[in-house]
Amino acid sequence: MGNPLLDVQHISVSIDEKQVLHDVSLQIGKGETHVLMGPNGAGKSTLGNMLLGNPVYHLDGGKIIFGGKDIDGEKTDQRAKDGMFLSFQNPLEVPGISLETFIRSSLQQRTGEHVKLFQFQKDLKAAMQLLNMDESYASRDLNVGFSGGERKKSEILQLLMLNPSFAVLDETDSGLDVDAVRTVSKGIEEYQKKRDGALLIITHSTKILESLHVDFTHVLVKGTIVKTGDGALVQEINEHGFEQFLGTGGSEAHE
Amino acid sequence: MNSSWEREAVRLMSDANDSGKTQVNDIDRSIYDFRYDEKDFYRNDPGLTEEIVSKLSDDKHDPAWMKEFRLKSLAIYNELKLTNWGPDIGDLHMEHIATYVRPNTKMQGDWKDVPQDIKDTFEKLGIPEAERTSLAGVGAQYDSELVYHNVRDEVAKQGVVYTDFESALWGPYADMIREHFMHLVTPRDHKFAALHGAVWSGGSFVYVPKGVHLTFPLQSYFRLNAKGAGQFEHTLIIVDEGADLHFIEGCSAPKYNVANIHAGCVELYVAKNAHLRYSTIENWSKNMYNLNTKRAKVEEGGTIEWVSGSFGSHVSYLYPESDLVGERARAEFTGITFAGSGQNLDTGAKMVHKAPHTSSVITTKSISKGGGISTYRSAVYIAKNAAGSKASVSCQSLMLDSNSRSDTIPAMEVLTDDVDVGHEAKIGRISNEAVFYLMSRGISEEEARSMIVSGFANPVSKELPLEYAVEMNNLIRLEMKGTL
Repeated sequence: MGNPLLDVQHISVSIDEKQVLHDVSLQIGKGETHVLMGPNGAGKSTLGNMLLGNPVYHLDGGKIIFGGKDIDGEKTDQRAKDGMFLSFQNPLEVPGISLETFIRSSLQQRTGEHVKLFQFQKDLKAAMQLLNMDESYASRDLNVGFSGGERKKSEILQLLMLNPSFAVLDETDSGLDVDAVRTVSKGIEEYQKKRDGALLIITHSTKILESLHVDFTHVLVKGTIVKTGDGALVQEINEHGFEQFLGTGGSEAHE
Repeated sequence: MNSSWEREAVRLMSDANDSGKTQVNDIDRSIYDFRYDEKDFYRNDPGLTEEIVSKLSDDKHDPAWMKEFRLKSLAIYNELKLTNWGPDIGDLHMEHIATYVRPNTKMQGDWKDVPQDIKDTFEKLGIPEAERTSLAGVGAQYDSELVYHNVRDEVAKQGVVYTDFESALWGPYADMIREHFMHLVTPRDHKFAALHGAVWSGGSFVYVPKGVHLTFPLQSYFRLNAKGAGQFEHTLIIVDEGADLHFIEGCSAPKYNVANIHAGCVELYVAKNAHLRYSTIENWSKNMYNLNTKRAKVEEGGTIEWVSGSFGSHVSYLYPESDLVGERARAEFTGITFAGSGQNLDTGAKMVHKAPHTSSVITTKSISKGGGISTYRSAVYIAKNAAGSKASVSCQSLMLDSNSRSDTIPAMEVLTDDVDVGHEAKIGRISNEAVFYLMSRGISEEEARSMIVSGFANPVSKELPLEYAVEMNNLIRLEMKGTL
């Protein structure tokens, strides 16, 4: 590839002075779908949070280049405006702000432009239909009282509405039943195909990947990427688990 | 009352850490902070003596009983001690306070007759606009006297009385006033109730006849422009059987470097099966001692709903009380308090159940910031004969930084077993994770924080009349500005 959209160069990341990621490098091109797998506590979520600049995490070394720009020192909202998105593993409830208002404010802040209500509501309705979300969720407080499945759908709804160039999906499939996984996959597929969005899908199961095209698969063990392969690697892990990689990770394990 | 919202508030406001360092700038209150000269105004001598109170009474052309009432109240004032609890009011020196400042105009029924300065003031506060669009009647008080009062013809035709207090004292409802004035809140209640009895001036009298439902609210607005002065308006509302009223009061003042005092008094009589909603947005400047007393008496099947936003003042003591004296009487108190830098706001509510099957609900939110202190204080009393009653109290506090303070002091006294009583209190901070979540969508940190705070306040702000809800959100935005 030429200039990748995201170029992670040898980053080491710590939280509370404990190093979680060691010398991780990763390149993701425009429209590519990458899968990041690994056992619990390998540091997968840390990578997602670091990319979006969660201030809890500290970049000890290396560089993150996004869209040709070193984003170290950029705040989370700026990274989002640059085109990044993170689907949260545990989306937070925010009382008093409706899902619809939240998405519309986000869009307005991202683009700096007024979002026309009529078109916005039309798009929102279509996206909710695609995700089998009841329309009433639009006026409900953000994630408040949503079931696990509805929360994940709400994340994918935001993905579709905000239309970033790159999205990290952190365990979007965890805790979902078969039908919900299928629905969420449909949303992700829409983002992949119709919007040519790049993805980093963090998961430790493979259910969600069944209907999605995958370009690259990375295996993260103990804070280090120990193997990178194509989509077929997903199938291999599906059959054999992570056992084969466990001896090969970094020196420290973290939960 | 253990709704998912309540549960979530805890998660959202996890007080796990407070690494979000907060730097507080001074607040720009310029929208309220304009003032005018007192040229041609009459101002009495500062302080509290029999002569001053006597002269005030003469100047106001009180009936004889009222003059007597004032002097008796003054004696009680001199006799009563200050409370030994609550925020310090040691810097309030009554000997420096002018208790009566009369603007250079008589009360008008037409805006065009109101003097320009005063008109400008209320224009800036949006009162005439609100009157045109959404109100059934308006009263506007400037310093110690009403300068404008008007009620729509169709409302007056229904027999609704909405007038300034002074003329009501001489009008056809004089006896009704005498029967009710300071009977709910007596001068013996506390020192500042006695002060009110001695020097009260201005305020409104409202009477809604049996069965009359007002579609639009009535609104009184109180503006204290004078420096080193007090405002002591009296609001008396009688909602007769089966009638329905929404009354709104707003108040504000420009900031001075000397103490001002507001010791108003609100007495609400809600008759059998009547309904009264009383909404307040209080926005006094931060040199104000707000020592206000409000009380409602609710008869059988009647309902009082208090909606209260306290944003201003240096010190506040404010606990609207509902006396549920008839069977199935109901009271609801929904309030929000925002204590910023230099503010010590002690607010809450009191519910007194004196009859069977009465119910009360208290829902409050408080926010403190920049070293501000917010104390929630409430009392629920359920008498022995109030079997089958229900009471619930929910108070939530949000502290925006580590040098602010928030306390909750709820008290309950229940003298019968046959009751359903619930209480919950929560104090928390904005969780950094929630801020990160909003920011990850492209929302700036400042905006994310104010969204969370507005969302926290939303259950209260959505109860306010629209223009006040907007005002409240603007205030929150104003208060949140520059907090990073």
